[in-house]
Amino acid sequence: MINKTINQKAWFMVLPVLALVAFNAIIPLMTVVNYSVQETFGDNLFFWEGLKWFEEVMRSERFHDALGRQLLFTLLILLIEVPLGVGIALTMPRQGIGVTICLVLMALPLLIPWNVVGAMWNIFALPDIGLLGKMLNGVGFDYNFTQNTFWAWATVVAMDVWHWTSLVVLLCYAGLRSIPDAYYQASKIDGATSWQVFRYIQLPKMKRVLTIALLLRLMDSFMIYTEPFVLTGGGPGNSTTFLSIDLVKVALGQFDLGPAAAMSIIYFLVVLLLCWVLYTLMMRNETN
Amino acid sequence: MSSITLKSLRHSYLQNPQSEEDYALRKIDLTWRDGGAFALLGPSGCGKTTLLNLISGLLKPSEGQILFDDSDVTSLPPDQRNIAQVFQFPVVYDTMTVYDNLAFPLRNRKLPEAELDERVQRVAKMLSMQNQLKHRASGLTAADKQKISLGRGLVRSDVNVMMFDEPLTVIDPHLKWELRSQLMRLHQQVGFTMIYVTHDQTEALTFADEVVVMYEGQIVQIGTPEELFLKPRHTFVGHFIGSPGMNILPCDWNDGGAVFAGHQISLNGNLSNPASTSKLQLGIRPEFIRLASEGIPARIQRVDDVGRYRIIKAEVGGTSLNIYANEEVEIPSDSLHLDFDPDHTHVYCDGWIHEAKGQS
Repeated sequence: MINKTINQKAWFMVLPVLALVAFNAIIPLMTVVNYSVQETFGDNLFFWEGLKWFEEVMRSERFHDALGRQLLFTLLILLIEVPLGVGIALTMPRQGIGVTICLVLMALPLLIPWNVVGAMWNIFALPDIGLLGKMLNGVGFDYNFTQNTFWAWATVVAMDVWHWTSLVVLLCYAGLRSIPDAYYQASKIDGATSWQVFRYIQLPKMKRVLTIALLLRLMDSFMIYTEPFVLTGGGPGNSTTFLSIDLVKVALGQFDLGPAAAMSIIYFLVVLLLCWVLYTLMMRNETN
Repeated sequence: MSSITLKSLRHSYLQNPQSEEDYALRKIDLTWRDGGAFALLGPSGCGKTTLLNLISGLLKPSEGQILFDDSDVTSLPPDQRNIAQVFQFPVVYDTMTVYDNLAFPLRNRKLPEAELDERVQRVAKMLSMQNQLKHRASGLTAADKQKISLGRGLVRSDVNVMMFDEPLTVIDPHLKWELRSQLMRLHQQVGFTMIYVTHDQTEALTFADEVVVMYEGQIVQIGTPEELFLKPRHTFVGHFIGSPGMNILPCDWNDGGAVFAGHQISLNGNLSNPASTSKLQLGIRPEFIRLASEGIPARIQRVDDVGRYRIIKAEVGGTSLNIYANEEVEIPSDSLHLDFDPDHTHVYCDGWIHEAKGQS
């Protein structure tokens, strides 16, 4: 017989982690689930409501609008940031002092706290004194991001592109740097055009990092809150009220804990679903 | 196919090379005839890859000319030189099928689809990859990928020279032999001029009609494998080729003969007196030292049995040397006498062979 040492005490070793995860993830999540199925009144009075809030949220036009805006926003910034990031990564120098300079410049926007980004762009875009706002008005545009829906969107999207394209650039650059020189040399000998080099060497080699970049930007943009909150506060009207901003309005503005909880669960599931679909699609492509 | 001539070729990776040391290639003059198989042999960092990249056009030489047959290609880009190159690490276009990989260089040269198909099929057959044509290249083994790299050169009819930059580095040892013999067969079939860069002497010697040995950016000897073995022109060649390499022993010059550890060494040919300032060395391969009843006394340090033969490590006057011994030779337990074969004992002055006049 083999003498196996069985030591169940080892389980205690994972207790601290379990406690931590429970404290910052499981318990809050379960609280939300708890709220989402009950009606809350002052004095800690709770009444069972079942799936009523979920039905209400799913039918609410306000939620549909916020979700629509959210999807549009995410689509827009992905369409801009991914190609732009790839393009910048391709033009970055491969050696010399320029590499360090570019990397530092690229990393800068990523290091700025999100609310500061919002505040910066707010001042930058003010139509009367901001550099961007004043300039745009000076060249003849009727630019005012606090009153005009189009300009509000343009400013929010521009801000996100400024803030996050660097992430795509850095990831793609890392992918490009991992391509051995022999590939470029072989393609030269084969007489490939620079488009073919991009299409058949660089893009396939960047695929993994692009998947990661896309997923990160998808999730992050879907959860965007701070920057548009500081910049536009969700306005003018509700035109830049994305899901997270709407959620906070419901939960903390109106203090409708039930609907807010139901909404956050739906929100969470949507993000999860999107990521899963995207990831599966990309991985299936990989194995074929 | 064409011959390749290198004229006073020099290359430095620096902008303003000052001294000889700044040159990765010191000065190369060389002609490779059409259709031959040539190896470039040398240790890492000796300039082999630099030379290869100069020929392929991936680098521009600092000075000198490169001629294919009689036309100067020094300033042509790689795609106009009609060369093919197989790199150390297999290069395939991952997203394409094997077929598309092989067809890629032809499509870029706008070849009609029918002719293209015929050529791809023929090359696939040569490489015995007919059944894999529809597979995606990314899923292949390193050996198959390396075959595709080779195939992309073979499909082209205009190739002047095929170059190989240590192509078997990432291949499993048991496949190396197979790929090597396949390559040699292809060379005989197709008859392309082949330049094969390697730091592995076995590879170079089995492959090539002529081996170019490089050391510190210079060519130290060009010759057949036999010449390199029997008459190394430089102590580096003697030491680098052979396993173990040539014994390089310090010696003195005395009255028209070499003296090693107090013993007169008999040499062939009438050697002139070397310049007194030069450093003299004696070179003899382990294969040409015999155990004898009298001669140079030596002390045995170690005997290694390598299977079919043994290598005796012995010591003479503070210098250690290697000696080959067949299995049947009886090895005395501690001390013995050595006899150097005069036909194969060479004198080296400052590293270069010292020869009798009229001999080359």
